[in-house]
Amino acid sequence: MAYEIALVALADPTRRHVFEQLRTGPKSVGGIARDMPVSRPAVSQHLRVLKEAGLVRDEQDGARRVYSIDPRGLGPLRRWLDQFWDQALDAFKAEVDRPIPPLPSPPQSPRRRRRS
Amino acid sequence: MNRTISIAPVLKDIDVNAPPARAFEVFAGFRWWPKSHSILESKSPQVAVVIEPKVGGRWFERGEDGSECDWGKVLVWEPPKRMVMTWMLDSTFQINPKVVTEIEVTFTAIGAGKTHVSLEHRLFDRYAEEGEKIRAAVDSPDGWPGIIKAFAEAAAA
Repeated sequence: MAYEIALVALADPTRRHVFEQLRTGPKSVGGIARDMPVSRPAVSQHLRVLKEAGLVRDEQDGARRVYSIDPRGLGPLRRWLDQFWDQALDAFKAEVDRPIPPLPSPPQSPRRRRRS
Repeated sequence: MNRTISIAPVLKDIDVNAPPARAFEVFAGFRWWPKSHSILESKSPQVAVVIEPKVGGRWFERGEDGSECDWGKVLVWEPPKRMVMTWMLDSTFQINPKVVTEIEVTFTAIGAGKTHVSLEHRLFDRYAEEGEKIRAAVDSPDGWPGIIKAFAEAAAA
């Protein structure tokens, strides 16, 4: 399931810390690395994984690249719910679109009346 | 400065081959609810999902053993156009009255016995607030893997 990718992405504690740095607002790689005991290239690598998992997005802000939490992707739960509602609504549609079966005809009498 | 990151709602649409009254009625019957999507804590197989058709009505799941698990309450009941209910599902897939999200379903006729059904599942910020608490409580090497395991088990159930 796609949500597992997001779950795995957040399993690494350093990567989780990178992700949580973005909760207070968008930051550049340098801005994130400044507050962490890891190198800039390591932060970049973590951001790449988080981006692939759909948890963060980036945009150009002048000369620097700025990362922020992707509000459409936050949390493996939302991914799971997205897929869940797809399945649920497909099941609902199948139920509504099902042709209503015709009323059963009255049971036949086992013995036929003889015509005289 | 604390800023809450706003989380976008889940938005889904689907068109069905029935007029709104029937579409609403079938939806509200919940006979279509995938049995795999069960949150019953007693782990009894789900036999029914029921919504009481009135404001304040219960929305709950019933197990084979007769046990019931409340999922939420009806906020709006306007057949055949609209229903809104709360869902107390937290980020560990358990029912938690402190985490209340909302689901709104609308039914709009699109001519010749067809209905456009749209569903919005919103207020995920409440998951984020709860997530902060969970994070603080389980910020340890054992905490997160436990949550991941609960996720995986609940989703696979």
